[in-house]
Amino acid sequence: MAIEKRLRRPDKYDQAIKMVEEIGTTTEGDLIINVGPQHPATHGVLHLVLTLNGETIKKVEPHLGYIHRSIEKMCESLSYRQFIYVTSRMDYLSSHINNHACALCVEKGLQVEVPQRAQHIRVIMDELTRIASHELWWGAMAMDLGAFTPFFHAFRERETITDIMEKTCGARLTMNYMVPGGVMAELHPDFQKDVKSFIQLYKKKIHEYNELVTGNVIFQNRMKSIGILSYEDAISYGCSGPVARASGVHCDIRKLYPYDIYSKVEFDEVIESAGDSFARYLVRLQEMQQSIRIVEQLIEDIPEGDFQAKTKAVLKLPKGEFYQRVETARGELGVYIVSEGGTTPYRIKFRSPGFSNLSALEHMVKGLKIGDLVAAMGTLDLVIPDIDR
Amino acid sequence: MIQEWLNNHFNPTLALLTEFILVGLLAIMLFALLGLILVFMERKVAAVMQIRLGPNRVGPKGIFQTTADTLKLVMKEGLVPDGADKFLFNLAPFVVMIVAMLILAPIAFAKNFQIWDINIGVLYLTAISSLSVIGILMAGWASNNKYSLLGAMRSGAQIVSYELSAGLSVLSIIVMTGSLSINDIILSQQNGWWIFKAHIPAIISFFIFITAVTAETNRAPFDMAEAESELTAGFHTEYSGMRFALFFLAEYINIFIVCAIGATLFFGGWMPLHIGHWEGFNHIMDYIPSSIWFFGKTIGLIFLIMWFRWTFPRLRIDQLLNLEWKYLLPISMFNLILMTVIAIMGWHF
Repeated sequence: MAIEKRLRRPDKYDQAIKMVEEIGTTTEGDLIINVGPQHPATHGVLHLVLTLNGETIKKVEPHLGYIHRSIEKMCESLSYRQFIYVTSRMDYLSSHINNHACALCVEKGLQVEVPQRAQHIRVIMDELTRIASHELWWGAMAMDLGAFTPFFHAFRERETITDIMEKTCGARLTMNYMVPGGVMAELHPDFQKDVKSFIQLYKKKIHEYNELVTGNVIFQNRMKSIGILSYEDAISYGCSGPVARASGVHCDIRKLYPYDIYSKVEFDEVIESAGDSFARYLVRLQEMQQSIRIVEQLIEDIPEGDFQAKTKAVLKLPKGEFYQRVETARGELGVYIVSEGGTTPYRIKFRSPGFSNLSALEHMVKGLKIGDLVAAMGTLDLVIPDIDR
Repeated sequence: MIQEWLNNHFNPTLALLTEFILVGLLAIMLFALLGLILVFMERKVAAVMQIRLGPNRVGPKGIFQTTADTLKLVMKEGLVPDGADKFLFNLAPFVVMIVAMLILAPIAFAKNFQIWDINIGVLYLTAISSLSVIGILMAGWASNNKYSLLGAMRSGAQIVSYELSAGLSVLSIIVMTGSLSINDIILSQQNGWWIFKAHIPAIISFFIFITAVTAETNRAPFDMAEAESELTAGFHTEYSGMRFALFFLAEYINIFIVCAIGATLFFGGWMPLHIGHWEGFNHIMDYIPSSIWFFGKTIGLIFLIMWFRWTFPRLRIDQLLNLEWKYLLPISMFNLILMTVIAIMGWHF
């Protein structure tokens, strides 16, 4: 054996050689390569086992569980007020929206009417979170393609949003701002001014995004007709969010099942039909514009009033099952609560968008090169703690 | 000059020996210095492009940052992975390094300042520079790491193919000068640089040259061999400590060398900017020292290559090879014919 010859002390490494040979290649002589759990392109602890023929991908096998914190089980021993804080740690890039989903689900059970002011604040926060999340995705995806500079440009705008969040919520990443019945605290006095100046900044800088990345020939060659996901496949894999919308699926929960005041604001559901990486890219880029549009409509006149409905100190959901879905930056997040009538949920299940989107990865990249895998995975916008929970 | 002085005062063997030592010292010093300067420059250029400050803590404006980094790398343990081919694994960084050092020899840094004025200078440059792929392949194979292997294979395919168009664009200038000696090439640009003298074909061949050498030095957007988001660190994934530092340094020296070659062939090396019969202007230009001309041009080109790196995404390996074999190579061949016609008819200035 070639490997045996190269080793100086074969006796000591017998077992190692056997192991290397067993997992190193398949019977057809294909190369098996482990991408992750520590790898720059997986943006977390995703572990992909690739079967390669040269550089061509034959099989992709995602291995999950490296960051499983059993959040669903933890939630079962926490009260309806407490469990929301844990959900900020699922999809940490859209923690507001996770909190929002849980709050809405609990409110459904309690049948609480949320004050108009709280609804406005929630939607503005959601959309700001969506922009921040897409900014980060934009930078990280460009980094996957080997361009470093966009990352810093994206962070310049994202920092402004996190500053706004910090002022009002006290946190920059895991906000825990939304509670059953409304939001936790009053807005910071500077909030409206800050958001308006952010919108100004964003509109001034958005052309840089297109100049630096979108219009680049190399970038377009890397993205167009790569990682194609057809309309039927997008549905059968259960994809949601920008991934499915890039394949032409109407799946924006904000349009289909509007919650809070999404039914009153004007915005377009961004749909592309190509289904390739470039379409997914364009969908997210345009979604940022739509989010700006929503924030612009709401920021001018946030109605006066309470920011939180009056609720009991200890929340008890009636016996039954409650389900609420929201549109996070990555797709459809479902919260399913089974209540036995006590102060803690009997069972909680989260339907996370990343998990379904990841399942389509193998279908998308089969027969392509390693570079394409990284590019296609970048456009899926995976957040691993969201997939593993 | 030094050579004459040595020959006059010592016996020939001693003179030769002293010369060897001097040149060796010079090469090593230049090497270390260039590495430090270029790494610092890259970090500052990147910082400017990425709207941040870059290193600014160690020393004034952070100029000793690279020195500190190098010290750290020297003091780190050099790991050799289990199952690696120890001999080749240790040899590889030195192969890459020695190749980079050898290429320095015929480059003219200033007027009458050249380590070795060989009459086949350009041929020597192209021949030696293609050796570095052996070091990279060695590193990739000996690491016993699949990422390294993939990186090395990519690098092999890439360097071998891009050498063709780099060579052809170099050849188009040689057609003009009729000499392979670096010194002759520079002297032939006394009345204007080749990029201006030989019309559009020279500009085309310059663009092909700069693209090809970016690929040859494994720089983004052609950094297939490293491709950190795909292959973690490519062929030097398993290297640490000083061995890694050698690869790192060699990369920057290679950038310097290819830019120096570019400056020599297309921008007249140390030759000041002369325009036709503007005697006064030419005289003023002559007052600027030749070394400043050479390093100015070279650093200008290096900046161009750094600019590429920090703004472009990476190509895919098949796109990379397509670009070479389907576009650059045919264009540079056609361009060579054009240049030959220009040279024969004497249409250049």
